[in-house]
Amino acid sequence: MPRDRGWLGIAAVVAVGLVLSLALTERYHHRILTLVLLWATMGLAWNVISGYAGQISFGHQAFFGIGAYVTVLLAAKLHLTPWLGMLGGAGVAVLAAVLIGAPTFRLAGIYFGLATLAYPLIFRILMDFLGYQEVAIPMVRDHPVLFMQFEEPRTFDLLALALLAATLVLSRLIETSRLGYSLRAIKENEQAAEAMGVDAFRCKMAAYVLSAAPAALAGAIYAHAILFVVTPDGVFGVIAIVQTLTVCLVGGVGTLWGPVIGAAIMIPISEILDTTAGDRFPGIQGVVYGATLMAIMMWAPEGLFWRLRRRPASIARATPVATAPGTAEAPVTAPAAPGPVLLEVRGISKAFIGLQALSEVSFDVREGEILGIIGPNGAGKTTLFNVLNGFLLPDRGEVRWGGAPITGLQPHVVCRRGIGRTFQVVRFFPHLTVLENVLVGAFAHGAAPAAARERARASLGQVGLAGQADTLPAGLTTLELRLMELARGLATSPRLVLLDEPLAGLSADGVELMAVMIRRTRAAGVTVVIIEHTIQALVKLADRLVVLDHGRRLAEGAPGEVTRNPAVIEAYLGKRWLARHAPNHAATLQP
Amino acid sequence: MVASELGQYVATGLLVGGVYALMSIGLALIFGIMRVVNFAQGDFMMLGMYLTFYYAVALGIDPLLGALLSIPPFFVLGLLVHRAFLTRVTGGGDPNREMDAQLILTLGLSLVITNATTMILSPMPRAINAPYATRAFEVGPLLLNQARSYSFAIALLLAGAVYVFLTRTDLGKALRAAADDPEAAGYQGIDVRRMHGVAFGIGIALVAAAGGLLATYHPIEPNVAVNFIVLMFVAVVLGGLGSIPGAFVGGIVIGLVQSLTLLLLPLQLQNVGVFVAFLIVLYVRPQGLFGRRARSV
Repeated sequence: MPRDRGWLGIAAVVAVGLVLSLALTERYHHRILTLVLLWATMGLAWNVISGYAGQISFGHQAFFGIGAYVTVLLAAKLHLTPWLGMLGGAGVAVLAAVLIGAPTFRLAGIYFGLATLAYPLIFRILMDFLGYQEVAIPMVRDHPVLFMQFEEPRTFDLLALALLAATLVLSRLIETSRLGYSLRAIKENEQAAEAMGVDAFRCKMAAYVLSAAPAALAGAIYAHAILFVVTPDGVFGVIAIVQTLTVCLVGGVGTLWGPVIGAAIMIPISEILDTTAGDRFPGIQGVVYGATLMAIMMWAPEGLFWRLRRRPASIARATPVATAPGTAEAPVTAPAAPGPVLLEVRGISKAFIGLQALSEVSFDVREGEILGIIGPNGAGKTTLFNVLNGFLLPDRGEVRWGGAPITGLQPHVVCRRGIGRTFQVVRFFPHLTVLENVLVGAFAHGAAPAAARERARASLGQVGLAGQADTLPAGLTTLELRLMELARGLATSPRLVLLDEPLAGLSADGVELMAVMIRRTRAAGVTVVIIEHTIQALVKLADRLVVLDHGRRLAEGAPGEVTRNPAVIEAYLGKRWLARHAPNHAATLQP
Repeated sequence: MVASELGQYVATGLLVGGVYALMSIGLALIFGIMRVVNFAQGDFMMLGMYLTFYYAVALGIDPLLGALLSIPPFFVLGLLVHRAFLTRVTGGGDPNREMDAQLILTLGLSLVITNATTMILSPMPRAINAPYATRAFEVGPLLLNQARSYSFAIALLLAGAVYVFLTRTDLGKALRAAADDPEAAGYQGIDVRRMHGVAFGIGIALVAAAGGLLATYHPIEPNVAVNFIVLMFVAVVLGGLGSIPGAFVGGIVIGLVQSLTLLLLPLQLQNVGVFVAFLIVLYVRPQGLFGRRARSV
């Protein structure tokens, strides 16, 4: 199974490292091997936050430098062995990650990357200022092993290899855990992830902390194996982050093999160039790294690993059409007797600059019903959903869920309380398989991967997509994408789902199938709220309708009543139409 | 006494800030119109310093004039760089990923320029010995360095010219249209790709001119780029990514912050004040002082 192949791969990397370490004889070759292993580790560390979570950090050498400085300063000032000192360095780096991450993750995208630039520069200036321009590792001749001062260069290879192996294991564990799926979902579509119960901020913080520690340890070993004298430029400088970026981007981002491949290629090339031509051409390393970054971005931005692998599962389709077994004859339950009030919407108002999207909207959702919310385009329907699931904070009003206020809760909290949702334009995670897309939702209640996988498969089966579990969403039709999103919402085990125009863009058959799925969802005990802008589709499906127009609640009631309401007809067909037909009041919007 | 000392710091900050403002406008123009964060901007500034230096040394051209004469060649260079590299990572795909790709591409370009310059011209710092670099105007109690004063005045004129160009000329309006809505601009017959090239050319030319002005009082060396690109980022984020008036004000503010930090902190920590200002602005107002916040949902 692929899971076992992952562990085998790690074992293979360790085996190759051991063989090389034993086979190489020249000190210079050991130096290159150590460097490859250390920069692969540094790349893996960066990959956790920037690869999996997609939060590009341009300042990751901050943690590398902290590891080096703390370890060496503890040895020089307090005579502490670096074996403990590097743990101290990792601790300080983790603390720094928390202090840096807490404010910086409030920034999205490019702003996060730009802000991370500042931190190593600040550390660099501070080290200069504190008089640590050059901190030499104190020579301790009587306890060389205790102070990491090995004559035998092989020892440093093995030390770096151990760290690399540990970081590979860490990456592997992250990849297969809830955190890993959450991070990848955040990278692909942060809002959809939040709506599926992913606490994006906490996940990013966890990833940042987990990537700071190995970076610090790599810095500490780098100081002892390579530098001997720690300088601000040597550990906080641009070249450190450039090497990290290059190693990852060349090898491939978002996989634990990328940094290993990238380091194995790039580090020997740049080291050999530096020793053979570095005297005559100072800066040749920079030119090589810079040109490599440019070339990779222009011709192979996905990196070697993905380029060679070309995901086999990709767009190939397993089964031609999604048809749920026996859908057409599925028993359509009669509208259940209205249950107790589940969701209360009270006087919600929301304005954007110059536009009152919602004003004083109130209604109830009763347990077990299918409630339709209709209104022309721009009536405020999606804004209403965004308020209900926590994307937007209303200016006024309150939402109560099972009697308790939920206004202002974060989307992931709302999701975990039991409100699932889908989106008007399907927001899927394009680089995750169909099953993994649903899995992100299934992790909303419980972190155990096996149980979540089970839930995800069950949800996929429920909507008839079991055959497509291992394809990528790009290979799905609009109908299948909408079904997948429904399955993802259902995998969060909601008591209520908000469906944002689930019928839009579907063929007549598709509408029919989706309607069956929605009735089944209700039959399974999940309350449903649907947005649509065409009345026809909902008249047959919904038990009750709420009509919105220009952000106001225009009417509410059974479909039959609502479609005969003059105000509703006016909103849809205009005053003149109403003036011509109003006297007889026979007009309805029903087809 | 204290007041005049403070005045001196403010005056120095303003004069330096004017040149920062000009270089930041270049970066903001590129971001505002192309949505590209150009990491190599500091390197083009550094190349501008060298061109002005060689104008002065080889042709005896006064550096203030030399700074202006760097505009045409750097405009052409910008067009070429855009055509050769940036067009390959632009268009189609997820805009966030695209931005990351452009950022990394220009980071690579920056490394190549810095290090190739080091290889070819040696890391040794050089200086232009302009006669006015060591003279000062006396204005009341204040001493205003002449090189900085002239540079400030020229920077202001160039910034004003850019503003007039963008708001009054057809080409300027087409540039802004391409920035506001590339698709609609395309339907209006505006060649968006060409506009991006023009924007990149102008952005590079402005920062090169700013480099030439800076060279009248700042040593010229390949590594100068790193420090200045960060100052430019700070100024542009301060003003609101992509806002031209914002970048102008941001540049002036950075000059003032840098100068006034000296009242509180020792010289080595001069840029810490700038970074702290940068981080505070990012946290408090990520859209910047003049920026528009994009709708989130």
